[in-house]
Amino acid sequence: MTAPKNSDGLSVLDRPNSYIGKTVPRPNLDRLMQGRGLYVSDMELPRMANIVFLRSPHAHAKIIEINADAAKRLPGVIAVVTGKELAAVITPWVGVLSHLKGLKSAPQHAIAIDRVCWQGEAVAAIVATNRAVAEDAAELVHVTYQELDAVTDMQAALDPATPVIHPSLGDNLAFERNFDAGAVDQAFADSDAVVEADFIFGRHTGVTLEPRAVVADWNVAEARLTIYQGTQAPHMVQNLAALHLGLEEAQVRVVCKDVGGSFGIKVHIYADEMATYALAKLLRRPIKFVADRVESFNTDIHARDHRCWGKIGVKRDGTITAFEIDDLTGIGPYSMYPRTSAIEANQVVNLIGGPYTSKNYRARARVVFQNKNVMCQYRAVGHPIACSVTEELVDLAAMKIGMDPVEIRRRNLIPDSGYPCAAPSGLRFELLSHHASLNKLIGMMDYDALRAEQATLRAKNIHRGIGIASFIEVTNPSAAFYGVGGAKISSQDGVAMRMDATGSIICQTSITEQGQGSESLTAQIVGSVLGVSMQRVRVILGDTDNTPYGGGTWASRGAGIGGEAALQAAKILRKNILEVAAVILQSSPAELDIADNAIVNANDGTSRIELKELARIVYFRPDTLPPGIQPELMATRHFVPREYPFAFTNGVQASWLEVDTDTGFIKLLKHWVVEDCGTIINPQLVDEQIRGGVVQGLGAALFEKCIYDDRGQLTNANMADYLVPMSCEMPDIDVGHVVSPTSETELGAKGAGEAGTAGAAAAVANAVNDALRPFGATITEIPLTPQVVLTALGRI
Amino acid sequence: MTAHVTISLDVNGERVDAQVLPRLNLADFLREHLQLTGTHVGCEHGVCGACTVRVNGDIVRSCLMLAVQAQNASVVTIEGLSDSGEIADLQAAFRDRNALQCGFCTPGMLMAAQDLLRLEAEPDREQIREHLSGNYCRCTGYQAIIDAVETTARTRMGRTL
Repeated sequence: MTAPKNSDGLSVLDRPNSYIGKTVPRPNLDRLMQGRGLYVSDMELPRMANIVFLRSPHAHAKIIEINADAAKRLPGVIAVVTGKELAAVITPWVGVLSHLKGLKSAPQHAIAIDRVCWQGEAVAAIVATNRAVAEDAAELVHVTYQELDAVTDMQAALDPATPVIHPSLGDNLAFERNFDAGAVDQAFADSDAVVEADFIFGRHTGVTLEPRAVVADWNVAEARLTIYQGTQAPHMVQNLAALHLGLEEAQVRVVCKDVGGSFGIKVHIYADEMATYALAKLLRRPIKFVADRVESFNTDIHARDHRCWGKIGVKRDGTITAFEIDDLTGIGPYSMYPRTSAIEANQVVNLIGGPYTSKNYRARARVVFQNKNVMCQYRAVGHPIACSVTEELVDLAAMKIGMDPVEIRRRNLIPDSGYPCAAPSGLRFELLSHHASLNKLIGMMDYDALRAEQATLRAKNIHRGIGIASFIEVTNPSAAFYGVGGAKISSQDGVAMRMDATGSIICQTSITEQGQGSESLTAQIVGSVLGVSMQRVRVILGDTDNTPYGGGTWASRGAGIGGEAALQAAKILRKNILEVAAVILQSSPAELDIADNAIVNANDGTSRIELKELARIVYFRPDTLPPGIQPELMATRHFVPREYPFAFTNGVQASWLEVDTDTGFIKLLKHWVVEDCGTIINPQLVDEQIRGGVVQGLGAALFEKCIYDDRGQLTNANMADYLVPMSCEMPDIDVGHVVSPTSETELGAKGAGEAGTAGAAAAVANAVNDALRPFGATITEIPLTPQVVLTALGRI
Repeated sequence: MTAHVTISLDVNGERVDAQVLPRLNLADFLREHLQLTGTHVGCEHGVCGACTVRVNGDIVRSCLMLAVQAQNASVVTIEGLSDSGEIADLQAAFRDRNALQCGFCTPGMLMAAQDLLRLEAEPDREQIREHLSGNYCRCTGYQAIIDAVETTARTRMGRTL
C-alpha cells in the first residue's frame, strides 16, 4: 500500500473510527424491505399514458402494410404510431466505435421502418390511458408482412450463399480481429503434447427481476424532457436522448431511482426506450413503458453466443507453450448502441491465457450478424468465454500429460513477484496474486482431503469432480474502453459534497446504485475521511441535474473510480473545515482533527467544538468570523485512472459437484472463490458481489440458454422454460481474499462485481470433466444440461 | 366490454371497496388501484415470486389471482406486514446479512420466509432453500437470504448462532 500518510502516520483510510474494511449495513435498506422503494415501474405522473409495443412475430420480414384504424377507434387509445411517423422526431443510430477497426453496422430506428430483423422488433407503438387498453388495441392492429429468409446459424451467416441481412454492408461479417504474438507455430512444434477442442457457449440473458422500465415526460412549456429510467449510466442516456431528439443536453434530465437488477442489461439504450422518449415529445405528455417478461426475453440484450475453437501446447514438465483460438459469435441484426456488440469478442481475444506466463498466442475473432435478438455486454463481458476456454484447455493439457490440475497451474501462473508485466495481448498488469490466491483456495477447500473422498466414492460408483479455474478481471476502465472510440460515455466520475447547517454531509456522486452498495461505500469513505458518522452522510445518486458528470456503475468501476473521487473530495472538504475551525478556535489546522462529528485536538483527541456548532457559526453567524474569512464548506473532485487503462484483478474458483451418470443431473455441493480486488471497503458487500456473480455464472454453466429454432423463433421466452438458478439447487459459496491494492489511487480499490461470473462456469465444466474421467468423456459445451451430459456418456 | 364488479375486502387491516374489471389481477389491483407498490410484478405468470402476498393466511402469487377472487378476503401485503411489526426481526436479519441487493425480490422473499417460519419453527438450511425455491433472486446468489432466515429462526427459538 502506497497511500500517502498524514502527519500522524495514518493514511486517510485507517484513521480512528474508520469505516474502511468494516462490515456495516447499507444505508436505507428499510425502504426496500418494507416495499417502499420507488422503482420506475411504480411511478405514476399526472396525464401519464402507457405504451405497448406491437412486435414482429417474424425473425426477418418486409412490412407491407400497417392498418391501425380499428385500434385507434378503441376508447382510451391516444395514438398508434409507426416507425415512419416516429422518425419525424427521432433520428436513427449506428452502433460502431472507431477503435474497433472495421466494425460495421446498419442504421437502426426506434421503431422498425419497412423491415423487421428479429422476432420481437417493434413495428408500432400503441399509446393508451392504461396498459390493458393498449394491449387490447395492439390485438386490433393488422400488420401485413412478407416473410424473408432468416439468417440464424452464425457459421452459415458467413457462407456466400446466405442472404446478406444488410445488403449495403456487403456481407454478414460485422467485425474481425486477428492477433498473433510470439512464435506460435514453433511453440506447438516444440510441444510434447498439443490438445484442441471446440467450445460451445449457450446464448443467455440477464433476467433482471424488474424488467426494463422508462417514464419519459416532455414539458413543452419548459422545452425539457425528464427521463425516469432504471439505468446504470444516466449521463450516457442524457447525451444520447438529446442527440437523437435534436435537443441540447441541458434540455434532458435523467433520474434514476431504485433499479430492480441491472447486470449490464441496463447499461445500453434500447430502441423501445428511444421510442418512449420520442413519443413523450411527440404526444406532449408523460409516457410509461415497462417491458413484460416475454418482451424482456425477446429484447433485453443476449450475450455469450460463442463457438470457440481452442488449442494449447504443453511440455512434459507442464510448461504451457502456446494458446491459439478461433472465436465466432453471432450478435443479432445490429451492433448495439452505443457500446457496440464487438466488445465481447474483443475481450475474449484480450483475456485468453491471461493468468499464464506463456507468450505465444494467436487469435482470430469474428462477429457476425444474424436474425436473432441483439447481443451485447452482460456482466463479466467476455470473461466467462475466455476463462472457460483457457481453463478447460489447461485441464485437458494436464490430463494429457498426467499432471494434477493444481500442479500445472502452479507451474504456469505468472509469479506473484513478476509484476508489473504484460500479457501477450498487450494488457498491462500492475500487481496480481495468482499463487497466493491458489494457495489460499487449496487450503480453504482442503484439496487433498477432497481428492481422497473422490477416490473413495468412485469405488462406490459415486462420481464427484473437482474443478479449478484461475481468472483475471478487467476493472476500473479508463477512457480506453469507450471514450477513445468516440462514444460519449464518461470514464471519469465526480463527487461533490457539502456540510449542511447542522454539520451533516450531503454527498452527490455520479456513480449509480442498483444494489451493489454504491451508496454505502461512498458514505463509508466520506465518513472515514471526514471523521463524521455514516448516519450523518447522505448520498445522492442517479440524477443528471443533481450529481457531477460521470460514467455511472458498470464494468466494476464504482468503488475504484467513484470511491477515489469521494475520497479526494472528502480530503478537500476536511481541509476547508479545519481551516474554519482553526479560525474559530484560534488554533492552526495542523493542531486539529475531526473525529466523531467534532473538531478535536490532533494530539490528545480532546473535543473542541462540534461540527454542528461550527456549521451554525458559518451559516448563521458569519459576522463573528474575522474579516476576509469566507468558509467554503463544499468540495468537488473528479477522478479517472490515467496510468493503467484497466486495473486488473485476479482470483481462482473451485467447484465440487456430483454427476448422476444415470440421469445426467449435476448436483453442486460446494463452491470456493479467492479473489483480489485490492483494498476492501466493506467485506460483506464484496463477498455478496462475489456470491451473486458466481450464481449468475452457475446459471450459465447449468441452465440458462435462449433456445432459437432455425427460423429465428425464440422458443423459451418465459420464466418457466428459461431456467435460472433457484435457492434449492445452489451451493453455499465460501469466499476468501488476497489484498493487492492498486497504487494508482489513494484508496487502492479495484472492482469486484464481475469476478464471480468470470470463473464460475469454467470451474463447473472442469469439475464435470473431472467427475466423468473414468468414462473417458469430455464435455466442452455449456449449459451442461442432463441431455448434454448423457450424450457425452453415450447414454442417449 | 365487460362491466365492472364491486368487491369488498380487507387489505392490511383496512376495509376496501372497489369497482374492478373481472380480468384485473390482484397484483395490479394492489399496485394500481391501492398504490401498494411493494408488491412487485416480475413475470406475470406465477414463476418469479416477486408478487407474493398473504391471502387469508396463505401466501399466493397475486399475479395468478383475480381481484374479484379476493372478495371478502383478508389480504396482507409487505407494507402491512412491515407496519404490524410481525417481521421486524426478519427484516433486521436481512439488513445485517445484506440479504438483498436491488431489493426487487425482497418483499416476496420476506413473505415466503415468514410463511416458512410460521409453519416450521426451526427449519434447516435445506428446508429454507426448498421453501424459497419459488422466489427468484438474481442478485444475491441466495446464501445471504438463507443465512438471514436461519438466524431469525434460531433467534425466535430463543437461541443465538
